[in-house]
Amino acid sequence: MALQSLDIERRSATTTPSPSQRQTMEVAKLIDVTTCIGCKACQVACMEWNDVRDEIGTNVGVYDNPPDLSGASWTVMRYTEHEENGKLEWLIRKDGCMHCADPGCLKACPAPGAIIQYANGIVDFHEENCIGCGYCITGCPFNVPRISKKDGKAYKCTLCSDRVAVGMEPACIKACPTGALQFGSKERMKMYAEERIVDLKSRGFEQAGLYDPPGVGGTHVMYVLHHADRPELYAKLPNNPRISPMVKVWKGISKPAAIAGLGLIAAGALLHLVSRGRTVVLQEHEQAAKKESES
Amino acid sequence: MSRDPDTLLRYTTAERINHWVVAISFILLALSGLALFHPLFWPLSDLLGGGTWSRILHPFIGLLMVLAFIGLFFRFRKYNRMTDDDREWLKNAREVIKGHQNHLPEQGKFNAGQKLVFKSSALLIVLLLLSGLVLWRAYFNLPVEMVRIAAVVHAASATFLIAIILIHVYAAIWVKGSFGAMGSGKVSRAWARQHHRRWYREMTGK
Repeated sequence: MALQSLDIERRSATTTPSPSQRQTMEVAKLIDVTTCIGCKACQVACMEWNDVRDEIGTNVGVYDNPPDLSGASWTVMRYTEHEENGKLEWLIRKDGCMHCADPGCLKACPAPGAIIQYANGIVDFHEENCIGCGYCITGCPFNVPRISKKDGKAYKCTLCSDRVAVGMEPACIKACPTGALQFGSKERMKMYAEERIVDLKSRGFEQAGLYDPPGVGGTHVMYVLHHADRPELYAKLPNNPRISPMVKVWKGISKPAAIAGLGLIAAGALLHLVSRGRTVVLQEHEQAAKKESES
Repeated sequence: MSRDPDTLLRYTTAERINHWVVAISFILLALSGLALFHPLFWPLSDLLGGGTWSRILHPFIGLLMVLAFIGLFFRFRKYNRMTDDDREWLKNAREVIKGHQNHLPEQGKFNAGQKLVFKSSALLIVLLLLSGLVLWRAYFNLPVEMVRIAAVVHAASATFLIAIILIHVYAAIWVKGSFGAMGSGKVSRAWARQHHRRWYREMTGK
């Protein structure tokens, strides 16, 4: 993407600023779980636009099909049957990359330019730079990226960065028949969600709310949930997702600390050599050893 | 036993080859590992043929180093037991660094510093092996919390091992006459008498 290469917010394993002249509008996808009917049109649209086809699997006894995200399935519907007040609720969540404002995958990635965050908020994998180590999986608080068995590279939802770059909405949005999927500026999506939440509350869903978790700086894929107080009901959507403290240590303090420590040792050794000189075998030992070997 | 009037055999050919397998695999591991650890070192990934090849080869070279180190471990374990003399020597580490060693306890085949290198390398290599297996996504898919801990353990133990090996290599440079031990396997009798008197006595009977 020629134009998109000028609006880079962050680039993996890169210590200098990336090209960031273009300022684009912050976008978001809003997934209204309460109006989703689980038709999987979004899954199909994703496959079609991106030209990815997963292997045909087998029925695993639930509606989830395919049963998990993969190198070729970048979004999957997760179905949960939940009983509340003697009523069955069918909670259907479209799972996929959340496009975090503070992306754990990007933080963990060791390959320069394999993960890019654009100014519009989209977090995109550039597989030509991916080395297939899977550190993005280690860094992700949502368990989203998958290493493809076909080519050993990591894949996930791109939020149709190619479509968005030319002013179109993502393919899944276009396909959704109920309007459960909305796309626009993040600001507008929040306003739209607010209306939905007022409506849901008037219908008795007191805890209805928006899922835009602050632990990862907010996300560019948000959910409207009937039970926003219990996101884990929705196929274990994390309650308070954040980059793991382990990942923060690994990718934070340990890097300068290790370099400083090793640098000090190397410099210390050189200083020692220069100031003390090499230890040589002393004359007394030369003579004694000679005498002892002759006797 | 060698009756060469000037030198003593310090390491057999097998021991030297074993050491070099560990040394070369360690260098490749350290450089490719640093490349994946910090962007500053990313260019080092070219050493193994790029980022993807580094990711593929690093774990296998790691296994090679572990196997070779097991060899070194069992060859040298018996010379690396800590004694009271070693503790005395360590108390005077400051003097050692200054190059004053005449009044220190006599050292056997290895001095206390070398014994510490041996023991800490063994421990760190165990940690690197265990955490490395957990990180090896091509073959293992373990719970993510475990992988995260392994990532920190791997980075930390690798840093400590590199630090220890820097010191190990520097010591060989600093103490003139040491390098031959890993080249020809021989050291001069005078060198042995000065640095490893007890081993010298055992070898020469003097």
